[in-house]
Amino acid sequence: MTEGSTRTEARTTRLGWAAFAAGIVSVVVAAAVGATVGAAGLDVSGVARAMVDALPGVTLDAGLSEVETSILFEIRLPRVVLGAMVGAVLAVAGASYQGVFRNALADPYLLGVAAGAGLGATIALAVAESPALLAPFAFVGGMAAVGITYALGRSVGGRSATSLILAGVAVAAFATAIQAYLLQRESDTLREVYVWILGRLVTAGWREVWQLLPYALIATAVMFGSRRLLDVLSIGDDEAGALGVDVGRVRAVVVIAATLATAAAVSVSGLIGFVGIIVPHTVRLLFGWSYRSIVPLSMLFGAAFLMMADVAARTLVSPAELPIGVVTAFFGAPFFLLVLRTMRGPT
Amino acid sequence: MKRSTRLLVGLMVVAACGTGGGSPTTVTEDPAATTTRAPSTTAVGETFPVTVEGDNGPVTIEAMPEAIVSLSSTATEMLFAIGAGPQVVAVDDQSNHPEQAPVTDLSGFTPNVEAILSYEPDLVVVGFEPGGFVEALAAADIPVIFYDAATALDDTYDQIEGLGVATGHLEEAIAVNETVQSGIEAAVADAPDIPEGTDYYHEVDNTYFTATSTTFIGQIYSMFGLENIADPADEDGSSSGYPQLSSEYIVAADPDLIFLANSFYGESPETVAQRPGWDVLTAVREGNVVGLNSDIVSRWGPRVVEFAESISDALASHVSQS
Repeated sequence: MTEGSTRTEARTTRLGWAAFAAGIVSVVVAAAVGATVGAAGLDVSGVARAMVDALPGVTLDAGLSEVETSILFEIRLPRVVLGAMVGAVLAVAGASYQGVFRNALADPYLLGVAAGAGLGATIALAVAESPALLAPFAFVGGMAAVGITYALGRSVGGRSATSLILAGVAVAAFATAIQAYLLQRESDTLREVYVWILGRLVTAGWREVWQLLPYALIATAVMFGSRRLLDVLSIGDDEAGALGVDVGRVRAVVVIAATLATAAAVSVSGLIGFVGIIVPHTVRLLFGWSYRSIVPLSMLFGAAFLMMADVAARTLVSPAELPIGVVTAFFGAPFFLLVLRTMRGPT
Repeated sequence: MKRSTRLLVGLMVVAACGTGGGSPTTVTEDPAATTTRAPSTTAVGETFPVTVEGDNGPVTIEAMPEAIVSLSSTATEMLFAIGAGPQVVAVDDQSNHPEQAPVTDLSGFTPNVEAILSYEPDLVVVGFEPGGFVEALAAADIPVIFYDAATALDDTYDQIEGLGVATGHLEEAIAVNETVQSGIEAAVADAPDIPEGTDYYHEVDNTYFTATSTTFIGQIYSMFGLENIADPADEDGSSSGYPQLSSEYIVAADPDLIFLANSFYGESPETVAQRPGWDVLTAVREGNVVGLNSDIVSRWGPRVVEFAESISDALASHVSQS
C-alpha cells in the first residue's frame, strides 16, 4: 500500500468519526425535542426531571400530575422511540436495497413489501373489520409479497437482479389492484386504510415498540454484517463473483433481513415513504460512498430524521395531527434537493 | 354490516375539501306550506311538476315518481320515513335501514350509471358526487337530486322536506320534521342539568379523527350544553370540522364523556381503557365511555332523534354517579 492511500484512509477515518459524532448528536437532539414538545404542553423542566426520576436509583419530584406522567411515559415517549426505530430501520433497509441492487432508486418497498402490507392492512380493516389484526396482517402481507416476488423472479430469471425487480413491480401492481377492489367494496373503511397508507405514529405505544424491537435488532445486525459485501457487490455481479462472493446468496440474505425489518416497521407505523430513499442518499452525498459507513450512518440519521418529522407532524397544526408520510416528503424532498445541489454544484 | 355515510364524512376528511354548497332549500308552488308547516290541502299528485333545490342545483320532476333509486343510506331512511317507501325500487349496498328497503349491490361510492338505469328510475337520489356522475344521469333525462352530508341540523329538515316535495309526500315530510324536532327537544329536556364546562370527545375512528362543534354531530351535543375538546384543533375550519387529534391532547384534556361513533368497528369502552396512557382518564375510570350506534350517528336522517336520546341517556348515567 502506498503512502498516499494510507493518508487518504486516515482522512476518511477522521471524517467517519466526525460523521458518527454528528449522527449521534442529531439523534440525541431529536429525541430531546421529541420528548419535550407536544400537544399536551407539558412543562419542560417537569419533563426533564421526570426523565431523571425514571432512571434506576434516582428519586426526584418531577412535579407532574398523574395524567401528565401518563402522557409523558405512555403516549409521548413510546412515540418518540418508535419513530426512531422505524426511521432507523427504513433508512438501513433502503441503503441495503440500494447496495444489493446497485440501484439508486431502490427503496425498502421495491420488491412489493409496501403493497403486500397494504393489502394485509386492508383485509384486516375492511374485510375482517378488526383493528387488532392490522399489524399481524400487514406483516404477513408484506413478507408474503416479497416471498412471491422472489419465487417469481427466480423462476423467470435465475439470480438476475432485473428479473427480481420486475417481478416486484408485477406483484406490487397485483396486490394494489386487489386492495383497490376491496376498498371499493368496503368503502366505509377507506379513511382508516388511507391513514395507514400515509403513516401513523398517532396510536403508538410501548406494545408497538416491543413488537418491532426483535425484528429491528436481528435485521439490523444482519445488514451491518453484510455492509462490506455490499461494497464488493458495487463493482458488479460477475466481478464480485470472480472475487469469490456468492452474489445470489448475499442478495437473498440482505433482502430477507431488510424485508423482515421493513414489514415489521410498516405493520406498526403504516407506510412512511421517502425515509428509505432520502436518508441513505443524503448520507452518501455528505459522507462518502462506502457501505461500511453508509449503513450505520443511515441508521442514525434515519432515526433522527423521522423523530423530527414526527415532531412536525404533531406540533405544526397542534392539537390536530398531520400525516407523517406527508411531512417526510414535504420537508425531506427540498432538503434532499438542497444537498444534491450543494454537493454536485460547483465541480 | 354496511355503513356508507361514514364514508362521506371520511372522504371529506381525506380530501380536506369543503362540505358542498349552501343548504338546500325547497321551492314549491305554495311557499307558505314550507314556512308554516301547515298541512297541505292539495291532493297528492296534483302538485307536479315540482322543482326541488338539491346541492346540484334546481331539479324539476315532471310527475310523481314511481321508481326511485336511492344511493344514499340517509336518503333511504328519509324516503321510508315520509311514506315514499313503496315508490323506491332500489337502494344502494350501504342502505341497511329500514329492513324493507330494497337493497341491491348498487354502489353510492362508485356508482355505475348503466346499472342504475337498468332499474328504469324516474328519480335518483345520491349522497355523493364522484364527478360527472350527476351529469351522466341527467344526460339520460333522469332527474337526480344530490344531497350532500348535512353541515347543520337544518339540512336534515330541508332534505326531508325536499324529498317530500319531490315524491309527493310533503305533508308526511312536514310531520316527520315535527316529530324529529320535538323528539330532539324532548331528549334535551329530559337530560339532567350538567355542571358548566362538562366536556366530551366524539371519536370517529381509532386514529383519533373527531368532529368539532361546527359539524352536524357537534351541534347536537351543543344542544345539551356540552363542550367539545376538539374545537381548538380546527379553529380555521381547514379540516372541515373533522380534525385528527393527538392522543396526548385527548388525555391532557381529560374529557368528562367519551362517545364512540366507531363502536361497530371493534372499539368499545374496554378497548379504549387499554390504550396506552388512557387508563388515567376520568371518563374511563368512571365508566363514561359510551358506544354509539355507528349507523345512526353517521347519518343525518330521521333517526337523529335516537342519537340525541343516547346522549341524554349518557348524561343521565353520568350525573347519577357524581
